Amino acid sequence: MQPLLTVNDLTMDFGGIRAVDRVDLRLRPGEIVALIGPNGAGKTTLFNCLTGLHRPTGGDLVLAPPGRPQRNLNGLPPHRITAAGLARTFQNIRLFPHMTVLENVMVGRHCRTTSKVFGAIFRPEATVREERETVGMSLALLERIGLAEQADEWAANLPYGAQRRLEIARALATEPLLLLLDEPAAGMNPQETQELDALITSLRDDGLAILLIEHDMKLVMRLSDHIVVMDYGRKIAEGTPEEIRRHPAVIRAYLGEEEYGA
Amino acid sequence: MTPAPEKTAMPTGKDIRQALLTGFWFMFLTFPLLVIKVHPIEQTVTWRWANMLWVGGLSAAVALACRLVAAHRAAGGERRRQEPDRAIAAPSQAFFLTPSRLVPLLAAVGLFFLVFPLLFSTYQVNIMTTALMYVVLGLGLNIVVGFAGLLDLGYVAFYAVGAYTYGLLHLHFGLGFWTALPIGGLLGALFGVLLGFPVLRLRGDYLAIVTLGFGEIIRLVLENWGDFSQGPSGIANIARPGLFGIEMSLETSLVYQYYLTIAMALLTIFVVNRLRNSRIGRAWFALREDDIACQAMGINKTAIKLTAFALGATWAAMAGVLFAAKTTFINPASFTFLESAIILCIVVLGGMGSIVGVVAAALILMLLPEYLRAVAEYRMLVFGAVLVLMMIVQPQGLIPRVRRTYTGSH
Ligand SMILES: Nc1ncnc2c1ncn2[C@@H]1O[C@H](COP(=O)(O)OP(=O)(O)O)[C@@H](O)[C@H]1O
Ligand SMILES: [Mg+2]
Repeated sequence: MQPLLTVNDLTMDFGGIRAVDRVDLRLRPGEIVALIGPNGAGKTTLFNCLTGLHRPTGGDLVLAPPGRPQRNLNGLPPHRITAAGLARTFQNIRLFPHMTVLENVMVGRHCRTTSKVFGAIFRPEATVREERETVGMSLALLERIGLAEQADEWAANLPYGAQRRLEIARALATEPLLLLLDEPAAGMNPQETQELDALITSLRDDGLAILLIEHDMKLVMRLSDHIVVMDYGRKIAEGTPEEIRRHPAVIRAYLGEEEYGA
Repeated sequence: MTPAPEKTAMPTGKDIRQALLTGFWFMFLTFPLLVIKVHPIEQTVTWRWANMLWVGGLSAAVALACRLVAAHRAAGGERRRQEPDRAIAAPSQAFFLTPSRLVPLLAAVGLFFLVFPLLFSTYQVNIMTTALMYVVLGLGLNIVVGFAGLLDLGYVAFYAVGAYTYGLLHLHFGLGFWTALPIGGLLGALFGVLLGFPVLRLRGDYLAIVTLGFGEIIRLVLENWGDFSQGPSGIANIARPGLFGIEMSLETSLVYQYYLTIAMALLTIFVVNRLRNSRIGRAWFALREDDIACQAMGINKTAIKLTAFALGATWAAMAGVLFAAKTTFINPASFTFLESAIILCIVVLGGMGSIVGVVAAALILMLLPEYLRAVAEYRMLVFGAVLVLMMIVQPQGLIPRVRRTYTGSH
């Protein structure tokens, strides 16, 4: 199958520091790819490049949505990339704390809706319908991640794990083709991680491609179809979870001898 | 919920020391303003030591009260810490939010404003008209500062744009109020975008400084470009708002302007409320809360910022047209930074993003000095003190923004 996202030779320099060094990446629809590596390896920076928050120093990003012409994402601003079908969550939660849980998700609908200032003031039929759909879809997403009860709560008042899930719901509201999750299980208890596991699996089953940065190796090994390992900005290994588990460079750089060694 | 009696803190020695210190500090701060009075003509100086005692005593008392309240809160705060109440409606507000209380309250307020000119003198009506204009200005700035979180210190520039639009159009082309109003609004929006473009990349303090500069530039241009704006001498004899060409006595005209301003304020409330509860409004809030996440959610930051500047400026400019028609005379001295500061005060005091709060704050801040003559002289001092107090006691403003619920109603 043709890859949904193709990343070629992606490079990101910050002054003298090369945070991402000629990384290649491929993702197919319905595939979960995990991105692992020690802290400071450049994983988050790679995400920032993919989503337009950083403009990469070099390399190509090509998105090929099934049934539509492929497009080059190089140099697009973040909102255009989201509109093209890439949505993300953040390693340090970035919700809108003083908006309600539901409103947080509704913001995600922004790029799929159209009403403007005129619509806001005069509320023609089309705007009323659009608002109703926005509320309906957002509530449905909250239902899916189990936060429908707290829909009218301030986002800031949610417990930590729920905030992480809300970030996922907000990203899903943009109707992405590819979901980028930056350490979604960080700070979650085992039960919450379990639920996250189920959620990610069900999203994959819906045909979403998922790029996952995660330190919880159990979760990574169970979920991913393919694992990419980064260190010092470079891709040092990739393969199936089985292959990665045995890869000597990976064991050296990241996993630790006593835990995964033979 | 009533605290245990032993928890109602008694002032400790430290509290009293701190309060006295605060008192002295305020005496020192206000010394040049409140104590020394220079009479340049008689070349004498009056020392008003009584004022100093007042300031010292009052600020010490307030400081002591603040410390006691803080101590009291800390004692009973464990429970509250469970649910961070930073933006949650105050209990006083919850009381008024039930429809059975809200409807009569609104009706009473509406009736009061409706019959106001019948009950009070033209002088009072005039003051109320001014206060209502600040309601419009406050709500307009609330779009920029409260909704979108863009600290704009040059808001008065757009007020000036509106006033001069009407003044100049009337002077050169004899255009009337009703023609100038939409033109002023449009020009205001245009200037909003013009200011918006250069400051798109700026945030926080930097944005505040540049907008402050912009406000001053507009005023200085009006002051110095005599051929265009008639300089500091201003434009006089601007026509009052007309009503189908009916001749009106001055008194009737003032009452008419009062109702006009009420209509304008109501329109502003209506529009700003609709904007807030819309796709655009949510995008503004998102921008205010976290501009990186906002972009990542597919919001075009540039477009949404420019929209905020343009819409905020539109209201300021329309209020400016109204102002020119009301005073019939405008000059650059009406559009100083102080004016921007007062409008910002209204927004911050009322509660950023809160419509009811801004309306209330505008009325309070504009009317209070008129009726408390003693305060009027030290208006800015009182404004400042009130703001500082507010930040300590209730940082989210007089009447914080209410959260909109979607699930409870159906
Ligand atoms: N905006 C930035 N400016 C300068 N250096 C940065 C910036 N963002 C990230 N870096 C550097 O890039 C490297 C990779 O960081 P990051 O992508 O956050 O790692 P990871 O997510 O894998 O832990 C780090 O050395 C970090 O200091
Ligand atoms: Mg990271």
